[in-house]
Amino acid sequence: MLSEPFRAVGSSSFVDFLAQQAPQLLPQSTDISSSGLAVTHGTTIVAATFAGGVVMGGDRRATMGNVIAQRDIQKVFATDEFSCVGIAGTAGIAIEMTRLFQVELEHYEKIEGTTLSTDGKANRLATLIRSNLAMAMQGLAVVPLFAAYDLDAECGRIFAFDVTGNKNEERTFHSVGSGSTFARGSLKKLYRPQMSEEEAVTAVIQALYDAADDDTATGGPDLTRRIFPMISVITADGYRAWEDSATATVADAVIGGRMVQPDGPSAPLT
Amino acid sequence: MSTPFYVSPEQLMKDRADFARKGIARGRSVVVLRYLDGIVFVAENPSRALHKISEIYDRIGFAAVGRYNEFENLRIAGVRLADMRGYSYDRSDVTGRGLANAYAQTLGTIFSSGGEKPYEVELFVAEVGNDVDDDQIYRLTYDGSVADVPEYAVMGGANEQVEEHLKANYEAGLDLAAALKLATTALGTDAENARAIPPADLEVAVLDRTRTQPRKFKRLSLTQVSSLLG
Repeated sequence: MLSEPFRAVGSSSFVDFLAQQAPQLLPQSTDISSSGLAVTHGTTIVAATFAGGVVMGGDRRATMGNVIAQRDIQKVFATDEFSCVGIAGTAGIAIEMTRLFQVELEHYEKIEGTTLSTDGKANRLATLIRSNLAMAMQGLAVVPLFAAYDLDAECGRIFAFDVTGNKNEERTFHSVGSGSTFARGSLKKLYRPQMSEEEAVTAVIQALYDAADDDTATGGPDLTRRIFPMISVITADGYRAWEDSATATVADAVIGGRMVQPDGPSAPLT
Repeated sequence: MSTPFYVSPEQLMKDRADFARKGIARGRSVVVLRYLDGIVFVAENPSRALHKISEIYDRIGFAAVGRYNEFENLRIAGVRLADMRGYSYDRSDVTGRGLANAYAQTLGTIFSSGGEKPYEVELFVAEVGNDVDDDQIYRLTYDGSVADVPEYAVMGGANEQVEEHLKANYEAGLDLAAALKLATTALGTDAENARAIPPADLEVAVLDRTRTQPRKFKRLSLTQVSSLLG
């Protein structure tokens, strides 16, 4: 039986509906302090725009203190046909938040018969992040990176957030997570406007390599197990995850170069 | 104190059923039928904004006839139910059968409760499976009864003639173009003289199991419909 609240005229937001009907299902704040609690953390996410779209990549390591919790974690998720989210921070909460965000976008699309604008999607995500503020204060922070192809503006767009839900749009590239400082420094030298998709993917893999080189929590390419970063691309044709074999080819080329130049390609001085 | 005027339960239910049926018969029909790759919904609906056919979940579609505000209300309730179930359990735990049951309970309760007027709607809930044998179509009527539809069904307006046409011409394993042609000609037989329905007046959607995305529901654009109808 579909009770009265299900049939009530109301908002097109799934989160609002859950908050009224089943608040226990929302990721919620509790009073425990996380200090000393062993929780899984996701580490580095990198995104860069290119001619015709945007690429997002993440390393595959999840850590729990000094322990590697998982070697092949997925950190980049498609959230609808033209957007994706990469997660850094407390994995449990971040993955739950991503799942909720996916349903939120799809729910709106089904009820309204049209998709949210790219800015609308980013604002919804900002709200979700802000609602996690109490937990972030206890050390369970979630910092996603949001990338989308904007069908109206006909370009790839990247949005970064802080724990209070402050939204920053990045036109070129951005990185979040523990290795982000190194990845960003790397991309700063490698990024060129109007790169091809292949070039952008190579730059992202180089940046993740540099992050893993200097940050213990970021996983580098795992040659024995053949585990390489996960790469997603969004263009006017929609979201597409790169095949493992295609990523492996690019990663092998990057590693080949590093055999000769361990610090990677060098940029001209002037 | 005056004695309330007595109406037998049979008469009461009959009156309510007549009322609902009359409301439903006023609108144009909707046809749903199985084809090779899934299930196709076809409705005669010149409006591009007010849909009779919609997506509920990954593999579940919805079609309705009758009063727009009432079936829109049920559609939104279905989307909320499906999304909530899929979020709290898993996407694979949302089934057409579960949804059809929820609709049946709701319509049944409204029909037999004394206060409210019955809903003047009929619904199709269809779920596409991994192969032809797993496809399911449910037809729900205003009083909450559910029927399992084997191959094709029609509801709304002058559904007897449309059904006759489908019965005479339907065969299993039609491709999408053939299924769409059949549905369109069938919908055109609702008047005395069969008429051709222009593609612009058709609302067409499919649940296509060959789609690679998890969401199998797809609305066909006017261009696609025109080219399929040839």
